[in-house]
Amino acid sequence: METGLALLIGVLVAAAVYLMLARNVMSFLFGLLLISNAANLAIFTSGRLTEGAPPLVPEGADAPVGIVANALPQALVLTAIVIGFGLFAFSLMLVFRAYAGLGTLNGDEMRVAEPKEDKA
Amino acid sequence: MIWTLSAPLLLPFFTAIIAFLTRRSVAGKWVSLSGAVLHLGAALVLVSAVLDQGVIAGSFGGWDAPFGIALAADYLGAAMVVITGIIGVAVALYSFADISKSTEALGFHALFHLLLAGVTGAFLTADLFNLYVWFEVMLISSFGLLVIGGSKQEIDGAVKYVTLNLISTVMFLTGVGLLYGMTGTLNMADLHFAVQEVENKGLLSVVAIMFMVAFGVKAAVFPLFFWLPASYHTPSFSVSAVFAGLLTKVGVYALIRAFTLIFTHDPELIETVLLWVAVLTMVTGVLGAAAQSDFRRILSFHIISQIGYMVLGLALMTPLGLIGAVFYLLHHIIVKANLFLISGVANRIAGGTELARIGGLYTHAPLLAVLFLIPAFSLAGFPPLSGFWAKFIVIRASLELEMWIVAGAALFVGLLTVFSMTKIWAEAFWTPHPDALAPKLSRLSTHDWRAMMWPIIALAVMTVIIGLFPGVFYPFVETAADQLLNPTAYLDAVLGPDAVAAAQSAVGQAVIVEGN
Repeated sequence: METGLALLIGVLVAAAVYLMLARNVMSFLFGLLLISNAANLAIFTSGRLTEGAPPLVPEGADAPVGIVANALPQALVLTAIVIGFGLFAFSLMLVFRAYAGLGTLNGDEMRVAEPKEDKA
Repeated sequence: MIWTLSAPLLLPFFTAIIAFLTRRSVAGKWVSLSGAVLHLGAALVLVSAVLDQGVIAGSFGGWDAPFGIALAADYLGAAMVVITGIIGVAVALYSFADISKSTEALGFHALFHLLLAGVTGAFLTADLFNLYVWFEVMLISSFGLLVIGGSKQEIDGAVKYVTLNLISTVMFLTGVGLLYGMTGTLNMADLHFAVQEVENKGLLSVVAIMFMVAFGVKAAVFPLFFWLPASYHTPSFSVSAVFAGLLTKVGVYALIRAFTLIFTHDPELIETVLLWVAVLTMVTGVLGAAAQSDFRRILSFHIISQIGYMVLGLALMTPLGLIGAVFYLLHHIIVKANLFLISGVANRIAGGTELARIGGLYTHAPLLAVLFLIPAFSLAGFPPLSGFWAKFIVIRASLELEMWIVAGAALFVGLLTVFSMTKIWAEAFWTPHPDALAPKLSRLSTHDWRAMMWPIIALAVMTVIIGLFPGVFYPFVETAADQLLNPTAYLDAVLGPDAVAAAQSAVGQAVIVEGN
């Protein structure tokens, strides 16, 4: 299970890096989406994976019986998903505004804020 | 105790809510200013409590550390909160003249106070995931402030700022997850012990480097700084002043915290990497500045080169080096924010920030010229201004370790800083205005003069005071650096002395077992 997820995270990161190296800002955003999900999965996996063993403490005991997953990373992932969603919504809107205002999605052509180059 | 700690954190949130509700009325900016003053007051209460009792800590929700989310303030953290408060008041007042009614109606002041809350939270938290959350608060409000004017320039700068900062965020988050997987704790004081018990030191170093990259992007170090000069000259002057003063310094603060408190397992690796990063940051930043011809772009590149000095102080990892880093951090926030505020006045009275298109400020606005010289010479390191002492300590620390090349580079960068500052001086102040305009300060209305000039005068006076009486501040900074290098007080305050003693003996036993 861990091996499978580790491979999946690797594939996601590789795809994300490929997308983020593109000049197109939209591809970059999709890459960002993939890599933030890869990060979430990494945290999720680092909290141990146990199938069918909820981290509940039975009555009268101080600790859960048997091996259970750590619930804290899952709570962290939830927080990170919410934050990531907000940031992604913002960046999507920003890219849309950039396309509407600057007329391009190519990062190399976004040079309004850069100093004017001398024409050689 | 917890209220002293959390007051500077909660006040900006309340101010933000009220400022948002009153964003369309005249009252909005007064709410913002009084909120900023209260924030500074709470920060002063906090620092006096820290001076009185040493490191103070507390945790929320009735769960003691390491389970509850802990807040802690040592000398460095408390001092950073006070400086945040000072910049907050200065910029809140400056925005009276700089921010238009329509921008205010979009919620400028609310975003501004959320940013202050994020910065304050990052300085006070003792929990790694909580630090991530404060970074996000800071990030999202800075995004908002960056695009609030809605001009093409701002959008263009924001695309670069947003994309690179989001990568750093993902890096930080992954690092937090992996570190938790290895140690099972997120409390920074608890992590201090937990990382010493990790068996796989190689993996720990990988995670340490992930944190270094994540914080390095925020701090704008070489080679991760490209978002900064692409965006800092685009928003309104109030926004770029608060960004220039505070945001990169949060990155430097996080680097200092992470590598003095958590990742102490392999000092040689960390110090070597940071040393190279520091030198290259100084040199590339100042060379980049030399090639620019816009007031704010020159200043933006100088942020980068100055960050190099702070990282250098950290990389040396000696008491004197850290004293230098902390002194530099505190002095630079005031100086840099002030320079950006001054560029805003120059823009208003001379009609631009492109150096070729302005001029005559020395003849027509001598007061502004004097006020520019103070932070500019302080940045370059002229005695007796604050920047001289900061540079002096850092360079002295590198000479003590016999790092001649590093010290030489630091001196050379100082020289090039003078070159950039004289370029601004010559073109904006000395040469006559190309359109034969007379850029007098009286072109500002009385209201605008007060709102823009008083913050600049106050910050310049602080620079002079730090420069003339460094002896008053030095013992404070010395203690701050000492607390970083020997974090016993911090650990005791956060975890409690008993837990620290237990953890120390546990680590000791683990080492003995490994030795066998």
